[in-house]
Amino acid sequence: MTTASVFSADLVGSAVVDAFGKLSPRALVRNPVLFTTAVVALLLTVLLATGTERLPFGFQVQLIVWLWLTVLFGTFAEALAEGRGRAQAASLRATQSDLVATLPDGRQVPAVRLRRGDEVVVVAGELIPADGEVIAGVASVNEAAITGESAPVIREAGGDRSAVTAGTRVISDRIRVRVTQEPGQGFLDRMIALVEGAERQKTPNEIALTILLVGLTIIFLIAVATIPGFASYAGGSIPVAVLAALLITLIPTTIAALLSAIGIAGMDRLVRFNVLAKSGRAVEAAGDIDVLLLDKTGTITIGDRQANELRPLRAVAAAELARAAMLASLADETPEGRSVLVLVREKHGLATGILPPDAEIIPFTAQTRISGIKGPGGLMQKGAVDAILRANPDAAASAAAEELRRLTEEIARSGQTPLAVAQDGRLLGLLALKDVIKAGVRERFAELRRMGIRTVMITGDNPLTAASIAAEAGVDDFLAEATPEDKLALIRKEQKGGRLVAMCGDGTNDAPALAQADVGVAMNTGTQAAREAGNMVDLDSDPTKLIEIVGLGKQMLMTRGALTTFSVANDVAKYFAIIPAMFVALYPGLDVLNVMHLASPHSAILSAIIFNALIIPALVPLALKGVAYRPIGAGPLLARNLAVYGCGGLVAPFVGIKLIDLVVAGLDLA
Amino acid sequence: MTIQGWMLIVLFTAIAVALARPMGAWLFALYEGRRTPLHRLLGPAERAFYAMAGIDPGEEQGWRRYAVHMVAFQAVLAAFTYAILRGQAALPLNPRGLAGQDPHLAMNTAISFATNTNWQSYSGETLSNFSQMLGLTIHNFLSAATGIAIAFALFRGFARREVGTVGNFWADCTRVTLYLLLPACIVYALFLVACGVPQTFTSNVDLTTLEGARQTLVLGPVASQEAIKMLGTNGGGFFNANSAHPFENPGALTNLVEMLSIFAIGVGLTDCFGRAVGNRRQGQALLAAMMALFLAGTAIAYWQEAAGNPVLHHLGVAGGNMEGKEVRFGIAASALFAVVTTDASCGAVNAMHDSFTALGGMVPLFNIQLGEIVVGGVGSGIYGFLLFAILAVFVAGLMVGRTPEYVGKKIEAREVKLAVLAIAVLPLCILGLTAASAVHPLGLAGPLNKGPHGFSEVLYAFSSGTGNNGSAFAGLTAATPWYDGWLAIAMWIGRFFMIVPTLAIAGSLAAKRFTPETSGSFPTTGPLWVGLLIGVILIVGGLTFLPGLALGPIADHLAMIHGQLF
Repeated sequence: MTTASVFSADLVGSAVVDAFGKLSPRALVRNPVLFTTAVVALLLTVLLATGTERLPFGFQVQLIVWLWLTVLFGTFAEALAEGRGRAQAASLRATQSDLVATLPDGRQVPAVRLRRGDEVVVVAGELIPADGEVIAGVASVNEAAITGESAPVIREAGGDRSAVTAGTRVISDRIRVRVTQEPGQGFLDRMIALVEGAERQKTPNEIALTILLVGLTIIFLIAVATIPGFASYAGGSIPVAVLAALLITLIPTTIAALLSAIGIAGMDRLVRFNVLAKSGRAVEAAGDIDVLLLDKTGTITIGDRQANELRPLRAVAAAELARAAMLASLADETPEGRSVLVLVREKHGLATGILPPDAEIIPFTAQTRISGIKGPGGLMQKGAVDAILRANPDAAASAAAEELRRLTEEIARSGQTPLAVAQDGRLLGLLALKDVIKAGVRERFAELRRMGIRTVMITGDNPLTAASIAAEAGVDDFLAEATPEDKLALIRKEQKGGRLVAMCGDGTNDAPALAQADVGVAMNTGTQAAREAGNMVDLDSDPTKLIEIVGLGKQMLMTRGALTTFSVANDVAKYFAIIPAMFVALYPGLDVLNVMHLASPHSAILSAIIFNALIIPALVPLALKGVAYRPIGAGPLLARNLAVYGCGGLVAPFVGIKLIDLVVAGLDLA
Repeated sequence: MTIQGWMLIVLFTAIAVALARPMGAWLFALYEGRRTPLHRLLGPAERAFYAMAGIDPGEEQGWRRYAVHMVAFQAVLAAFTYAILRGQAALPLNPRGLAGQDPHLAMNTAISFATNTNWQSYSGETLSNFSQMLGLTIHNFLSAATGIAIAFALFRGFARREVGTVGNFWADCTRVTLYLLLPACIVYALFLVACGVPQTFTSNVDLTTLEGARQTLVLGPVASQEAIKMLGTNGGGFFNANSAHPFENPGALTNLVEMLSIFAIGVGLTDCFGRAVGNRRQGQALLAAMMALFLAGTAIAYWQEAAGNPVLHHLGVAGGNMEGKEVRFGIAASALFAVVTTDASCGAVNAMHDSFTALGGMVPLFNIQLGEIVVGGVGSGIYGFLLFAILAVFVAGLMVGRTPEYVGKKIEAREVKLAVLAIAVLPLCILGLTAASAVHPLGLAGPLNKGPHGFSEVLYAFSSGTGNNGSAFAGLTAATPWYDGWLAIAMWIGRFFMIVPTLAIAGSLAAKRFTPETSGSFPTTGPLWVGLLIGVILIVGGLTFLPGLALGPIADHLAMIHGQLF
């Protein structure tokens, strides 16, 4: 995202208008620091109107204008952040408003009248009127309205692909849907609320930060309110406007003005990333994750296994096994079957034969777990080792079976999946299928380790295979032969140890684990139960995104921390600008504290206030884009951010105030 | 500045740092309630105390109960001392026939000792031995033990996991008194006696000086009070001249040992904290930050005192500033003592801070305003420092992209709120009461000096009171209802309005889950953390006082450069 898009003309235009709308006391009071600033600005305005201050009129006017601008910049930042989500919300709302539902009896009613438990019928070409579960039929559905992905997806009754979302279009067939949401609480409604930031609740860290900002405001209020007493001892008095200027520059206006913009922008980034979080709390928790549970298939390995090697029994020639394996796979159209042909061609120089016309194809079934062909060359079988042995009881009793079992274990230990090959009931050997680790995952896991996050691979494989894949992929731990109950137990165990756990899942049986996890990302293709249980939904159904979600959560926290540190560090320079200006009339010697050599007391005060106001819009792009997160471990990250935002926060205002002072003095403004 | 001066400072620092480990080990045994070699001797006494008071030392208390028992205990003790001070004339061991204190003075004194402040609006010589021993010395022990008990409770907050309790106040208080303060003070007092400090019930000696004049020397059980005054960072002297008096501090050796004893328990508590949270480096990081602040303060104070006063230089008086200093100690030992006594909340003095140069005197003042957390008062130093650690972790901890954690505990809204509340007490009392005194006629009647120096005197008084230091800038007529009253309030608020939120934090932390440290956790050991901690302490804790300091010592200093003295 570029700065240009942050500040596109129409977004800025509408944000300016909204910024004024947010000046109402009721809206302002949500932000105590800005509220204080507004009260002070109002007080000075009244003092100016009544003419009670003994200061030059022009100076007072400028001071007041800049104070109000400080408040406006704050409301503007929030409005700008909200504005970016609003266009998206508008198109979603348009989709929602003209939804019509067809009841099973053929009556048509507006979608807003549907209640939980109602049933509707949707046919090709129609929009699905409400969130629900397919209870009969199968259809392909275009979910572009929600996900932006135009390739249709299959939705069918039963199983893990039964959830449908309001506003998506059925493009083939006819389905019967049971509504699962009350009106106004559907997915679309939630998405609209989210991108608009309307229902945004403060996250726990945001609340704590607000408390700190209020605390600092109170402390500085005490510091400033006691100055008149001190000054009277020294035989002088300090104008209210000058005290007000000191107060406003000291209280953390910068971070207070940008705080909600950071939160809204963080959620917005997530939405643009096609992930929907149900609360800001979940995004923040993502930053705190200690343990990441990742499903092996699809996340760590590509979905399909590849034939890797042939292991003939001692009494069998390699070429014989290769030929049998090739013939048994000729009719196998799965990627695994294709990879067998590639293997025998490339490693054993065997030309891929063509399927003999009179051959009988034995298809793979979940019951037999064997596939192959029966043709002129005889019966060629390929399948799970125990299935082949069961199908050939004579061979199972032979010495060859013993050898086969030994080889099986060897292959399993090397992280591969063994398939037995038999010809006419005689065992020939094994075919080793290898899981292919996705490119770059090893590096990603190393990165996560540096971030302090432990990765745990979840797989249905046996422990031997799982251990080998885990070692190859570089995950820290694995859970083999995992059932949903095992997953839940693992999450509970980690949480008991004080760690926060993230996982993703899609099936109904994942729902308990998704609900238990601190961050549960449900795949959009999953069941309604899973989508309800998770606290985020990934519209792209891409389990690797979990890693990016963690990064986004961290980025949001870091941006807050960086701007808070910057804001607090700024105070040093502001003290050195205003304190000498304030007291030089009482003790002329105090001019030595004017280390910036600001032109005059009035210009010093004005420059500090101007800097304090201008730094807000200057930091808006950073607040909206977020501080760059690098997975380099907490120590180096802290060193880097402290150097940039801590030391930068100390130095920047010295430079900034001096430059502004040159302009103010040059233009003779004070 | 001299080589000898710096050697003293280096020697002192080295011994103080070396004390951390053995003292920490001993404190940790008491923290855990383990048996020590002294239990064989004193165990029966401990059990007898519990039996008499009907206390079950194993009974765990939640933070509220702990706090209520602690405050009630201190309030009763303060009332007891008030009664003794008022009725001194009718009580025994008063051969000089001293009268009781005025109500406002007695209240001020009672609160002052109950809060470990030992601000003395009275002169030590006006109290009978009975008042000193029973009225004041018990506070010297019990207020110190209370401070350490609160620190223990906070340590438990960090160390415990998912429990609702922070220990037992009575057990903590008894163990610290019985197994640490009492035996250490007996040995310490004997050492002082060996060095020439009096320990006697004879309250005065009439003698004829070499010049033939008659003089009355006040004596008493000095050594025993001196020991706890230092070790417990109380600071209330037996004599008005405090540790500048030859009977309290006879020579160079006692001076060094007295300074070390101010820091001894404070540095030990940093190590004890590290042990309690299972990582001694955590304690070492705190000690490193404290020592950096201590050395910076010492360097400034020594430099300014050694540089002396340019106005006097023009008059031909060469050398550093010797006004208000004991010639026996000289500039380095006086500057060091002043920094030590204000870094800790001791308040004992061996030179008059009022007579320091403006900036030299600003160092003790600033130390107090930071909350006396640099090593600090026994217990109060480390819990004050930990409050800043909580704030520092919160401000900067977010920058590593995680909810801030400190030693395995998440720092959330409740802890931030309580820490800010506790820290805000300092500016509120110090600045608020100084401002009130700067405009009210009764307040304006206090300072003896004019101009910024007079202002410093008022600011110092309220800083010292609120921070529970007890040292005085002198030059302030404080024994008036205005100052007695407001200072008593400042001392009470400064002590208990800080302790109660601290205990609440302890309770809240104890109930939390432990978060194991990973490479993604915010690092709270190492130089980066030490630097950050110092930065937050100076900016959040220190900057608030800049306006006051500018109108006090800084203006005073600048005027001195221009040849004007106040």
